[in-house]
Amino acid sequence: MKNRLGKWLLSWPPLLYLVLFFLIPTAIMFVAAFRFPGDYGGLAPMYYYEEGKLIWDLTLENFTRLVEEPIYFELFAKSAWYAALTTLICLVMAYPLSWLIARSAKKYRDLLLLLVILPFWSNFLIRIYAWMIILGPQSAFTRAVNWVWTGMGGEPVQLLFTPFAVIVGMVYVHLPFMVLPLYANLEKHDLSLLSAAQDLGANAWQRFWRITWPLSLPGVFAGSALVFIPALGMFAIPDILGGTDSIMIGNLIKQQILDTRDWPFGAVLSIMLTAGVLAIAMLGALIARKGVKRG
Amino acid sequence: MAKAKQSAWLKVSAWVTYLFLYLPLVIVVVFSFNDSKLNAEWVGFTTRWYSQLFANEKMLTAAGNSLLIALAASFLSTVLGTLAGMALHKYKVPFLSFLVLTPIAIPELLTGVSLVIFFVLVNQILGILELGLFTILLSHVAFCIGFVAIVVKARMQGMDESLVEAARDLGATPFQAFRLVTLPVIRPGIIAGALMAFTLSIDDFVITFFTAGAGASTLPLEIYSMIKIAVTPEVNAVSSLLMLLTLVLIVIASRVSPGALRAND
Repeated sequence: MKNRLGKWLLSWPPLLYLVLFFLIPTAIMFVAAFRFPGDYGGLAPMYYYEEGKLIWDLTLENFTRLVEEPIYFELFAKSAWYAALTTLICLVMAYPLSWLIARSAKKYRDLLLLLVILPFWSNFLIRIYAWMIILGPQSAFTRAVNWVWTGMGGEPVQLLFTPFAVIVGMVYVHLPFMVLPLYANLEKHDLSLLSAAQDLGANAWQRFWRITWPLSLPGVFAGSALVFIPALGMFAIPDILGGTDSIMIGNLIKQQILDTRDWPFGAVLSIMLTAGVLAIAMLGALIARKGVKRG
Repeated sequence: MAKAKQSAWLKVSAWVTYLFLYLPLVIVVVFSFNDSKLNAEWVGFTTRWYSQLFANEKMLTAAGNSLLIALAASFLSTVLGTLAGMALHKYKVPFLSFLVLTPIAIPELLTGVSLVIFFVLVNQILGILELGLFTILLSHVAFCIGFVAIVVKARMQGMDESLVEAARDLGATPFQAFRLVTLPVIRPGIIAGALMAFTLSIDDFVITFFTAGAGASTLPLEIYSMIKIAVTPEVNAVSSLLMLLTLVLIVIASRVSPGALRAND
């Protein structure tokens, strides 16, 4: 009895808040996908009365529009490709670093890890802005790249406002999300396995590929999910670092909601994005569970 | 021999990655003192971008708004998040854990979209919650609760439950047991959660961008419009100051509760 009361007292304030400002808004967004856009943007009334009879005014048009025009599918595919590329580059960059931190002397580990997280605590926009400077047309980096490139006989290239800049920005912002779970995994490995393999004649590559890599897969999947999911729904980085050819699904959603104010279609796109995120999250959870069972 | 070679290669790649992480931020700070409108070459030392910044009314108002919202959001989300964290630790509340964790897991953009639709509809129907500073605050609390709850829950898992039982056996009321036993033990978690909520709120761009409406401005929104219009060293100056603020907060966090920083990963 008392237990019940305690549970109720602790739970209801956060529960009420999140129902009000997370669950209900999400539900409204889902319903909005089936409504008509309003005459001046926003949403048209959901129902009207005709001769005293209530008539629901809902539609599937917003969904069919998505299927009919291939441009939207292409944009989803492109966003998934950008997010996947970002994840892969993060993995390649984070793996050696995480391994090294996990194998360094215990007293340095926290510091080395803190050094990875520290930039992550500076403002998100600032971190993107920094790359506007580095990749800008007058920057030392761009000039160096173009010096080498024209020396090899190529035309001078632009770096800022290209897909390249978007990927660089996304890798930069998401790298810590890959390092942390990888480190947490690599740190727990039993090193005697590696020396046993070495005694049995396995070379460095075999020791990595047959022991370290398979054991690290849960960390790899966790890190990949943590990078891929926010990267898929990214809108600020393509907005700032990208050009017209490097927009992602997030930019289209932002445009539909805030600029064009076609909310029903914006809601449809958001639902598709949510579905994509959920699919990835569930896949990750499934793989993780399998990994635990095997382990 | 082969081993030494391998670890040398690893070390180089690790240093390159650290360089990749820090060089951009160093460049921002260095150019904030550069006496040139272009962020291209070092010309000479100046502090004029900082004095220009402190004369920029819009920027100062935005900074004030950000600070106000961050303080209020961290206070509210710390209270709600601590309750949620304790509830999640003590009892099985799957629905609450779903509500607490989902806003953290989904892209911020989706939260922003659903909240702006919600606020505008509520405003149309009830005439309250017009987009502005207050809707920004409500949105920030919604996504900060989860982070606080996770940190507090992690802290409670390390707590010896028999302490509370002992206090109850010795005649403490449930509230006394909480105030005198539980609270001191989980205090570092609460402080860490509050600082985290503060940083998340003052840094937030995406959700704020959606829920701000036309009039209200925060520091990230102001920085965004400056970046979009023209890249000037004034942005470098405000960025450097924000980095300094974050650094100070981290130092405070590590002083107040040495375990706080580790609770974040």
